Amino acid sequence: MPSPTVIHPYQYGFHDEERHVRKVPRGLSRRVVEMISSFKNEPKWMSAFRLQALSTFEAKQMPNWGADLSGINFDAMTYYLKPTDRTVRSWDEVPDSIKKTFDRIGVPEAEKKFLAGVGAQYDSESIYHNLKKELEDQGVIFKDMDSGLRDHPDLVREYFGRIVPPHDNKFSALNSAVWSGGSFVYIPANVHVKIPLQAYFRINARNMGQFERTLIIAEEGSSVHYVEGCSAPIYTTDSLHAAVVEIVVKKGATVQYTTIQNWSSNVYNLVTKRMSVHEDGTGIWTDANIGSKVTMKYPSCYLIGKGARGDILSIALAGKGQHQDAGGKALHLAPHTSSTIISKSISYGGGRTSFRGLLKVRDGAYGSKSHVRCDALILDEHSRSDTYPTIQIDEKNVTIGHEAVVSKVGEEQLFYLQSRGLTEAEAMAMIVNGFIEPIVRNLPMEYAVEMNRLIQLEMEGVG
Amino acid sequence: MARTDLVIQNIKIAVENKPIVHGVSLRISPGKIHVIMGPNGSGKSTLASTLMGHPSYTVTGGSAKIGRTNLLDLPPEERAKRGLFLAFQYPLEIAGVSLSHFLRTAYNASHTQASLSMLEFRRILDMAMKELKMDATFASRDLNAGFSGGEKKKAEVLQMRVLKPRFVLCDETDSGLDIDALKIVARGIKKTVEEGAGALVITHYPRLLDYLQPDVVSVMVDGRIVDAGESDLVKAIERGGYEQYRKVAHA
Repeated sequence: MPSPTVIHPYQYGFHDEERHVRKVPRGLSRRVVEMISSFKNEPKWMSAFRLQALSTFEAKQMPNWGADLSGINFDAMTYYLKPTDRTVRSWDEVPDSIKKTFDRIGVPEAEKKFLAGVGAQYDSESIYHNLKKELEDQGVIFKDMDSGLRDHPDLVREYFGRIVPPHDNKFSALNSAVWSGGSFVYIPANVHVKIPLQAYFRINARNMGQFERTLIIAEEGSSVHYVEGCSAPIYTTDSLHAAVVEIVVKKGATVQYTTIQNWSSNVYNLVTKRMSVHEDGTGIWTDANIGSKVTMKYPSCYLIGKGARGDILSIALAGKGQHQDAGGKALHLAPHTSSTIISKSISYGGGRTSFRGLLKVRDGAYGSKSHVRCDALILDEHSRSDTYPTIQIDEKNVTIGHEAVVSKVGEEQLFYLQSRGLTEAEAMAMIVNGFIEPIVRNLPMEYAVEMNRLIQLEMEGVG
Repeated sequence: MARTDLVIQNIKIAVENKPIVHGVSLRISPGKIHVIMGPNGSGKSTLASTLMGHPSYTVTGGSAKIGRTNLLDLPPEERAKRGLFLAFQYPLEIAGVSLSHFLRTAYNASHTQASLSMLEFRRILDMAMKELKMDATFASRDLNAGFSGGEKKKAEVLQMRVLKPRFVLCDETDSGLDIDALKIVARGIKKTVEEGAGALVITHYPRLLDYLQPDVVSVMVDGRIVDAGESDLVKAIERGGYEQYRKVAHA
């Protein structure tokens, strides 16, 4: 039934008054990059790294093989903001206005129950950092990337930009030039972090690009689960989020990296995430994309050691005006490596999802196994779903499986649920939540609940 | 609560502009079983689906009222909230949603005054599953996914037992059941009626009626009610089939 046009304000689209201590001029230049580096008192090698990356960024063409990025205006953005002068360590020290914002997305409660430490990024930098003593005693490092660089320069220099080099793509180059914040995580050998480490990222300034940079190093035989969730305030002008996440999984280690991305619908979310997995190591990406205007993100596992394993579980939800171009890459570069890529995408209200997957097995990576499965659910005839799988196998002795299923929500299914008292939106949410359940059940409880709630909110606008 | 009837008056139904049901009037009373029999394609299932609000069927005339409320003006979920329940002929499968989660959501959606805690709900569900001789593992399985035909029908009656509707529409709930399952399903419907619900039971086969003693039997042929009586009418149908009514309907 047609109803009057109602503008649903984005549920989490509130924002605090901006409180910025330092701001660089708009746009991107050598001077801006030098200013950022100098504000942070960085070592010379990092300044040089940034400037080199800027040249790479300028030399590279915009990618034209995926989503439409023509709305990005690099000159209109501010590349560095610093809301408060220093990093605080306890919740009491966090400014009230920011606490209020976090309250609305449930951060404090999440912390009480699940967190070992919180790195919450507000604008360009982490303002709050709390690390439980037991982790410190185990030698675990969990701090914002700027502090990581300051306190552990040698460790950072050894790995920074090695997993995702600046020239990997235009946006990894941009991030390398202007990065700020993000997390630095180091897990010593044989240490198992039992509680997920968690970070929240938010964009909270008009035309603010956010370029956080995360580096996780898991030494031999260690394990960690890192969880990142986003919920961004709404703005009328376009925003860019171009992050880089680099993860090193050493021999026999396990790293699980979970993201729930819910940027507001004006954000371009162009993120490069990659793990390098050594012998008998395991890397797991769980990547849920709900928000943003455009997302291009393909978490990757480079399986470089014998017996390494990589799993990529991806959820994409695209509503009106959204294009989720997501998927994953698995590169088998050593014998007996195994990978799974599972993608579940939902498009509705004219939204578009694209699954883009790369599976590559190098000559000599004998005995490797991979399974790729992508399921798409289309909720109405205005919406679209595409699949772009690329498979390159240069080794004969491998086991590869690939499945793709596109389905529609049937009128009969909706009627069945409605006949039991559910509204159309509730019925739709139940079907969608059921569709992604095989992935959501791997999330920490709190995130699974949040995910279900977000789907319900999204479906309220559909009926 | 007043013992109100569900009163269907002169309902006319079309599918894609083709008239299927040509003015049917029925009364379903609390604590009573009203059986509709008739051959395939006579419009019985169309009637049941339309009463529940299926979007493919267009009501071209008539009403279906509980008290002063015409159900036909309401979306399906509002009909459910007013106590109407349809046991589907072909229940749908919903992947990733457990039977118990679904049923608790449905219960709380249709009983907004008295929603149940997880524990209370679980107790009611367990009891109903025992009554229907369903294995406890069904509660955690995906709704109807991979259920056999008989299991699906039992799951429909389970929903009926748990949701406690005021009026139940059973659309060939007996088809595809072996004799043991038939008895169990019939007992479930009967108990629901004994607890005060009114039932409209659609069936092809007199067999079900050995286990359910109907208070009223109506015969529907070619979209019309052509005969009505008490349970002895069933015997007459067994003897003469529906053919005798065809002549009447077209006379």
